[in-house]
Amino acid sequence: MSDKATRNARTVRWTAIACAGVVVGMTGLAFASVPLYDLFCKATGYDGTPRKGLALTASGDTSATKPVTVRFDTNVAPNLSWRFQPETPSVEAVPGETKTVFFKVKNVGPKPATGIATFNVQPGLMGSYFVKIQCFCFDEHTLQPGETMDFPLVFYVDPKLRQDADIADLGEMTLSYTYFVSRNGSPQAAISTPASGKPDGG
Amino acid sequence: MATAAAHAGHDAHDDHKPSFFARWFLSTNHKDIGTLYLLFAFFAGCVGAFLSFGIRMEMEEPGLQYFTNPQTYNVFVTGHGLIMVFFMVMPALIGGFGNWFVPLMIGAPDMAFPRMNNISFWLTVAGFCSLVCSLFVEGAPGAAGAGTGWTVYPPLSSSGHPGPAVDFAIFSLHLAGAGSILGAINFITTILNMRAPGMTLHKMPLFAWAELVTAFLLLLSLPVLAGAITMLLTDRNFGTTFFAPEGGGDPVLYQHLFWFFGHPEVYVMILPAFGIVSHIIATFSKKPVFGYLAMAYAMVAIGVVGFVVWAHHMYTVGLSLQTQSYFVFATMVIAVPTGVKIFSWIATMWGGSIRFTAAMHWAVGFIFLFTVGGVTGVVLANSAVDKYLHDTYYVVAHFHYVLSLGAVFIIFAGVYYWFPKMTGHIIPEWAGKLHFWLAFIGANILFFPMHFLGLAGMPRRYADYPEAFAPWHKVATWGGHIFALGMVVFFIGVILAFRSSKRAAANPWGEGATTLEWTLSSPPPFHQYETLPRIVDEPAH
Repeated sequence: MSDKATRNARTVRWTAIACAGVVVGMTGLAFASVPLYDLFCKATGYDGTPRKGLALTASGDTSATKPVTVRFDTNVAPNLSWRFQPETPSVEAVPGETKTVFFKVKNVGPKPATGIATFNVQPGLMGSYFVKIQCFCFDEHTLQPGETMDFPLVFYVDPKLRQDADIADLGEMTLSYTYFVSRNGSPQAAISTPASGKPDGG
Repeated sequence: MATAAAHAGHDAHDDHKPSFFARWFLSTNHKDIGTLYLLFAFFAGCVGAFLSFGIRMEMEEPGLQYFTNPQTYNVFVTGHGLIMVFFMVMPALIGGFGNWFVPLMIGAPDMAFPRMNNISFWLTVAGFCSLVCSLFVEGAPGAAGAGTGWTVYPPLSSSGHPGPAVDFAIFSLHLAGAGSILGAINFITTILNMRAPGMTLHKMPLFAWAELVTAFLLLLSLPVLAGAITMLLTDRNFGTTFFAPEGGGDPVLYQHLFWFFGHPEVYVMILPAFGIVSHIIATFSKKPVFGYLAMAYAMVAIGVVGFVVWAHHMYTVGLSLQTQSYFVFATMVIAVPTGVKIFSWIATMWGGSIRFTAAMHWAVGFIFLFTVGGVTGVVLANSAVDKYLHDTYYVVAHFHYVLSLGAVFIIFAGVYYWFPKMTGHIIPEWAGKLHFWLAFIGANILFFPMHFLGLAGMPRRYADYPEAFAPWHKVATWGGHIFALGMVVFFIGVILAFRSSKRAAANPWGEGATTLEWTLSSPPPFHQYETLPRIVDEPAH
């Protein structure tokens, strides 16, 4: 009887430990999903994450494909006194053709400031076909008061766009940039909490 | 039929109860904790109902009548949702009936970890207090409370609510979640290890099966919610950017994590109800439940498939067509095991010797209304339709049919079915039936017009609306009043039950009631099954 009781107590304990293990594992998975999701977005262009890439190698015949109008949208976070504009509001890009566009950034504030731009493509499904070869948004930049810079963006639209049944017919996309205050190369939002809300530059 | 052999004579000598404080505040007895959970759920339900009345009164007419700030209206909506989900339905069906009847049905003397059981309950109470606190501190600038909806999506819940209200709400979910996880571990351990000799899993009553599957769902899904809201908390307070695009995060990730929890959560709320319905239908049809094994494994299937359909809540975030097709298909698949259950209940009644007691009224009403809610669910599962109906009153109608008319009806069914067992008192049958008809008519008048409103384009979570929506909103509010009248009848019924000198027999429902709890006295002894019952014969229902 007591032998049976101890055996039972042991299985009870092991069941509980296994359950606790599941809880720990699922919590871990929830946190692991953050880098995994990030990786997934970068790899697939999911949800409008543009791809980073090298120049297109075999461009082939680009004449047959209809051009895509790429519009540019520029924003600056409220705690950064910069002016930020594209040299042209939109360009016509034939899929496969490499394009260069310049963006003009000016520090209109009284202090030097370091900023970094985040980016996104809409519609989200086109993100995976928008390939950046060179972009100012890859690095942070420091501007002195009154300093103006012309930043280049070199990109191409992947011709495979025309083979994706979901978006083959779409003729327009928007590339959106938002400049944020940069701290150690990562953007700092001017969000809710008083501590982080204090602009530390500009 | 399950039979318990030798325990009747042993009840009396181990029935000494602890003092009031020790019994109710330090309780380790599964029946006392179950009672506490039920009372707590009832209290929280009243608070949630009060909030829903605020909503319904405001929506009776276009324009702002009762709320000066629409944000406060959204705070009411949020409070109503969170309270009803985490502090009414879950405590009642899992903590309340689960604690009361799982040990009784499987022939166990108590839960595996009685003290942990007590912690689960008080964590839930603490969570409720935290949520109530959140109603009174600043959330959005210039308004008290969290008006985020029960989904707490960023950026509305991060940069949109700088005040501490959302922090309190998140903390409340942490506490309630921790309580539920501990409860789930307790149920799994109890059911897997403490069944009476002879009670194999395939002879176990369906309510115990339902609680087992529910416990696994909680165990797998709640940690993900805890992770998501912890990230939200650090985004809000410690400058992380899990869900903030400016730091490389993505608000859509929160939605994925939330719904990975949120979809299983809806089955957490309905599976215990499925278990209770099976018992009531079988009892009052005087037949074992039709297709016992299919019924048990249908619940397992619903639980498993429930984990791979979450993005049907997110068709509007820009999923690719293939992804949407998958989630449409997977969602539709859930209708199959659910259909198995609905048809098995009908087949159980078919040819049975049916008695329309109060509990049976509620159970049959549930089958009808849950099917209506299920059908609108199949409609919403289609991504193309959903884009039109997303965040409209059609969705509100859908989930109130499956929850307010589904889970809540079964909470009342369970109360009418088990009240004699739990208290030894009897609620007059007329009260239960009158309550049912008022609730049935009231809830349908309340929620059916919301389908029309949703199809016409009335969005959720708005305090004001164009004149065109006014007639159906008015009708819905009348329905709410009728439902509330039913609650008054319920109160009267309970008061009459305690005032009456009539006492319930051990088995007031006769030969249809075959599960082990009916072999004990009403109310059961403080400690039961000193000699474990031995299960012989064919499977219980």
